[in-house]
Amino acid sequence: MNNEMNITFKSISANEAFARISVAAFVSSLDPTLEEINEIKTVVSEAVTNAIIHGYEENPHQTIAITCTLSEDNLTVIIEDFGLGINNIDLAKQPLYTSKPELERSGMGFTIMENFMDKVEIHSVPDEGTKVTMVKEFKKSKTLCN
Amino acid sequence: MNLSMQFVRMENVLVLRLEGELDHHAAIELRAAWQEQIRVHKIQHTILNLENLHFMDSSGLGVILGRYKELKQLNGEMVICSINPAVRRLFDMSGLFKIVRYESNEHFALLSLGVAS
Repeated sequence: MNNEMNITFKSISANEAFARISVAAFVSSLDPTLEEINEIKTVVSEAVTNAIIHGYEENPHQTIAITCTLSEDNLTVIIEDFGLGINNIDLAKQPLYTSKPELERSGMGFTIMENFMDKVEIHSVPDEGTKVTMVKEFKKSKTLCN
Repeated sequence: MNLSMQFVRMENVLVLRLEGELDHHAAIELRAAWQEQIRVHKIQHTILNLENLHFMDSSGLGVILGRYKELKQLNGEMVICSINPAVRRLFDMSGLFKIVRYESNEHFALLSLGVAS
């Protein structure tokens, strides 16, 4: 099935739950497993949290955009902010690295995204923002192809 | 609120039972409430019961690691018990169980800290 949805919302932490539940609801037509649902919810939560904490430094008056596309049994999720951007993407992706240890960040966000999704791409421009594109293939299609 | 927290004190041990979802939003509230328990009630150890925690992301790991460090400063310990598989995956990925003890249930966790439940 081909389908698409867009949502934009304010950069407040209460919207982290809204974002992950919305994306989970969008993929429900693929009849995902509980594990797949949990993976999707976790990676959306990670990327939206990054946008709030790092992109906007917790300024609640900014905007975060999510675009989800379903093409056959592949889901593409794009999570975008228009904030500070990431200076060094390779460093940011390192497990346990955090630029904000004082906020008790674990530094596991990108590691979790890369573990739970089939493809993760980060595009970031300082002072323009960060766009995280993630792709997941749902297991049903793999079974049918085999 | 998506996360509910139950605090039970037994001697110098705090039993903290979490229910619901632990993300960045909830982690801010959890950190404040947990720190207050440690300070006000002279808590040395924490047993973190995650039996009813259905969702957690890396912000949860951050707040747990933060309290682990805080308790360690007080010569205290943290013991985690009763974790569901989805949440367990994040702990395994982060290697947190290399430094924090895990027990299968709250009773064993209490025994491990010398408290009879």
